[in-house]
Amino acid sequence: MIQKWGYPIAAVVLSSSLLAACGNAQTQTEEKKPEAAQPDKPAAADQSASASTASAPSPELQASIDQYRKWVVDQTDQFVKATESFTTAVKAGDMEKAKKEYAPARAYFERIEPIAESLGDFDPWIDAREGDVPDNEWRGYHKLEKALWETKSVADQGKVADQLLQDVKQLRVKVESVEIDVPMLVTGAVELLNEVSTSKVTGEEERYSHTDLYDFAANVEGAHEIYKVLKPAVTAKDSALANEIEARFADLDKALAPYRKGDGYVLYTELKEDQVKKLSQSLDALAEPLSKMGTIVGG
Amino acid sequence: MNDKHLANTTANKFTRREALKLAGVGGIGLLLGATGVNSLLSSSPKNEQTSATPTGADEVIPFYGKHQSGIITPMQDFICMGAFDLTTTSLGDVRTLFQSWTQAAARLTAGKNVDEESDNTLLPPVDTGEAMGLRPMKLTITFGLGASFFDERFGLTAKRPAPLVDLPRFNSDEMRKEWSGGDIVVQVCANDPQVAFHALRNLARIARGKAVLHWLQEGFQRTSASDPTGSTPRNLMGFKDGTNNPQVNDPATANEVVWANTAESPAWMAGGSYMVMRRIRMRIEVWDRSTLTDQENTFGRHRLTGAPLGKANEFDELELDRKDAKGKPVIPVDSHVALAHMEGKVKILRRGYSYSSGMDLKTGQLDAGLLFICFNRDPRKQFIPMQQRLASVDLLNEYITHVGSGLYACLPGASEGGYIGDTLF
Repeated sequence: MIQKWGYPIAAVVLSSSLLAACGNAQTQTEEKKPEAAQPDKPAAADQSASASTASAPSPELQASIDQYRKWVVDQTDQFVKATESFTTAVKAGDMEKAKKEYAPARAYFERIEPIAESLGDFDPWIDAREGDVPDNEWRGYHKLEKALWETKSVADQGKVADQLLQDVKQLRVKVESVEIDVPMLVTGAVELLNEVSTSKVTGEEERYSHTDLYDFAANVEGAHEIYKVLKPAVTAKDSALANEIEARFADLDKALAPYRKGDGYVLYTELKEDQVKKLSQSLDALAEPLSKMGTIVGG
Repeated sequence: MNDKHLANTTANKFTRREALKLAGVGGIGLLLGATGVNSLLSSSPKNEQTSATPTGADEVIPFYGKHQSGIITPMQDFICMGAFDLTTTSLGDVRTLFQSWTQAAARLTAGKNVDEESDNTLLPPVDTGEAMGLRPMKLTITFGLGASFFDERFGLTAKRPAPLVDLPRFNSDEMRKEWSGGDIVVQVCANDPQVAFHALRNLARIARGKAVLHWLQEGFQRTSASDPTGSTPRNLMGFKDGTNNPQVNDPATANEVVWANTAESPAWMAGGSYMVMRRIRMRIEVWDRSTLTDQENTFGRHRLTGAPLGKANEFDELELDRKDAKGKPVIPVDSHVALAHMEGKVKILRRGYSYSSGMDLKTGQLDAGLLFICFNRDPRKQFIPMQQRLASVDLLNEYITHVGSGLYACLPGASEGGYIGDTLF
């Protein structure tokens, strides 16, 4: 996901030019960070840190945060298991099994992506596509995707599989201590949909397996989970907004329904142009009101 | 100065112009400037677009009034026009949409942001921002309803106006669905393309969840800066286009040609009009290699002056029965002017723009032409017979293809406190 890693740098450049008059030394230095540098401190963390200078969350919002953290930890647990099974299949040379388990395993990660992004290099380690990072640093799910669908051999992928499992396990350890605050949640939900909008709905994410709709659905589910924990707060502040968000989640679910197949989804390549357009427009229709969830904070 | 500071200083109530003042002269200037703008805006609504006399590039065209602006309003330099398809099936949602659109359009045409900004930094800005500090630039926003709006979805089938027919297929039409129709059309015109785009973009944003864009076309003509005399503009074939447009600043002519009345239209359309849109692709490359004689015979006018063939000045009378020494008509009977003249009996108000949409990736040719827009009181008596005649024999057909089409009932204007469509919904 080149867009995603492009974003922190682009965002820093943008904000530093807007804030240039204020002489924000920190953003000025960050601007000089070379493009190829590892995103050791992703934007989500920076933004939430500065946005959370406000007072501590109310007990109700703290309860939402705790509930969400519990869900994230649970997803990560399942992610470890699914990755273990997937990498075992890769190492055993069982291409069929590995192909079948690839997209469902990734879904756990796609659901919690904003969290993973806030934890340093896990996102590029686990989820980089070819070209997103220097070739000699490329590892993770998409490297195995290429081996499974494009080069059609996993004979030399044992090390990649081991590394992936190790990265995922380490993510599981780190996620325990992740700092989650309200700004991170409200921006995280929209970030998930933006992910869909930039790479899933265009079929650029899964360039070999074409399982983009799995990621699409998982990102939406991740956003929905955030909305669920914030729903009481949104309803209290603006019940019309809550109703709108709910209706649009239902619409998007309906728009996705025709493409469900068994436990999963049809391949992206089976979609017609106007079907892609309709999915994209349903997504925009949801993302717009969802981007107004910040209304629960302040004022 | 960060956003928060700006918001605090202005108590959340700054317009595009006020923001400009703030940037230029600081807080005190802002307050004076804001007062100035407000009094200017409140004293200006004289709800007849025809009476608008050019006082400067930043002139405001009032949004509220008996008629919608953007119809008999003198043409601005740029257009950004889009058709929407409704995704909601609730008439209540449609009503809300038009109420929100009306409110936004009234602010935008007055040179303000689409709405007042919040100071909550965790929210996206309410206005997309690219028109902050820009003048109103004679922005007009005109709303119309397509025939599909009156299908079974909203229970309005019985209210479909008789003149809102399904256009017949004209000879040599090559219609493409993606450039035709739409439930709702929005014509945005302004003397600045960014101001126009900004308006359409914000309306589309407001519509999300209720309506999606069906087609979008931007267009242009020579700007008022490059032709201060305001002479008849040339189309992309190099010919003056619109010489015979009716003088709609005369109310009697406007009533005759443009405004719907209860003779043909339902009462809720009184003061509205019917807009025809045709996306006409020009075969630019073919045209460019045809001879001057061919070109002039095609239009029936001289290229340089715009005068009818055989005459010297653009506004000289069209003498269609004049013959040359050999007894042949000076103006070919199948030329564009000869056919469009309709014996002087049928008139429409043309308000078209040129468009250029890059190139056709298949052929490498320019994708350019005319976004033909016209307004008429009853297309069954005006546009349709005229186009039928043109489509059958017009010499111009060799060089153009109609690829998009739409007929829309442009609603009557709204008064302050009301909204566009309140006579119907």
